[in-house]
Amino acid sequence: MESQLVREHPAEQVYTSTRARIVALLGPLTVVAGIIWAIVQPARLTLLHPYHQGFWWLLIEGPLLVAIAGIAFAVFVARPLVAELEGDDGAA
Amino acid sequence: MEPPSEMVHWLFGMCLLLLGLIMIAEVIVGPEVWRRRAWRIYLWPGIAFGLGVLMWPVMTFFTNSAIHMVAHGAWAQALMVMGGAELGLAKGKLTSRWWKLATPVGLAVSGGAFLVHEQNGWFFARSAFLHHLVGWTLIGASLFTLALVFRPRSVFFKSAFALTVVALSVMLFSDRDLAPVFGHLSPLAGPPHR
Repeated sequence: MESQLVREHPAEQVYTSTRARIVALLGPLTVVAGIIWAIVQPARLTLLHPYHQGFWWLLIEGPLLVAIAGIAFAVFVARPLVAELEGDDGAA
Repeated sequence: MEPPSEMVHWLFGMCLLLLGLIMIAEVIVGPEVWRRRAWRIYLWPGIAFGLGVLMWPVMTFFTNSAIHMVAHGAWAQALMVMGGAELGLAKGKLTSRWWKLATPVGLAVSGGAFLVHEQNGWFFARSAFLHHLVGWTLIGASLFTLALVFRPRSVFFKSAFALTVVALSVMLFSDRDLAPVFGHLSPLAGPPHR
């Protein structure tokens, strides 16, 4: 069915946009995992209680490393990939 | 001035998490879309090669014993050969599909290195448990990649490998220098901290 108000999306287009959404979610979900870890184990974020901590304990924070991996993936890999997939959608 | 070894595991865990996400994304979008940008095909082999290079400072600065040095050195070489072979295949300089065998071999050597340099039992401490678990998981992952040599387009084996890499990163983030595992901590290990 197709009218000015309702248009059926081809199956391939729906599949592509679903893939784009999943890829776009991977980075933010990873960041959320890091935030949940920080909430569950706040002692792991030594920046919150920096006194009497050594250099490495202040520099390397487990939950932040998880969030950094998620952000790096979202910005450098997922964003261009999603743009290409959405470009496919637009062209379809 | 060296970082505690648990932090080295976390840094490698971060790189593996990024690697796992990249591999999952590749499985989701499929090889045709993934290969549209030339730089993307070098991502995971490049990271694997880089991890091999980074193993050399680990070998140099965390040499607790001869077996540690041998294990880390063999591991560094295996990862570099694995990454290098995959880079060669991605670039097209290597054409024989048998070069793909470098990945299962590299992972098996990595797993063996983990198992060999952990001389305590599973429940000695958390780090010992995780070294055993990571070692066997890497050997399991090598079977997935071995299957990919013969079925290179299998979504199942690609997904299994990608998810195993993410699981490995979780294991590395769980590492602590001295902590109990499931309530077990050998008195020989010393007092737990953090």
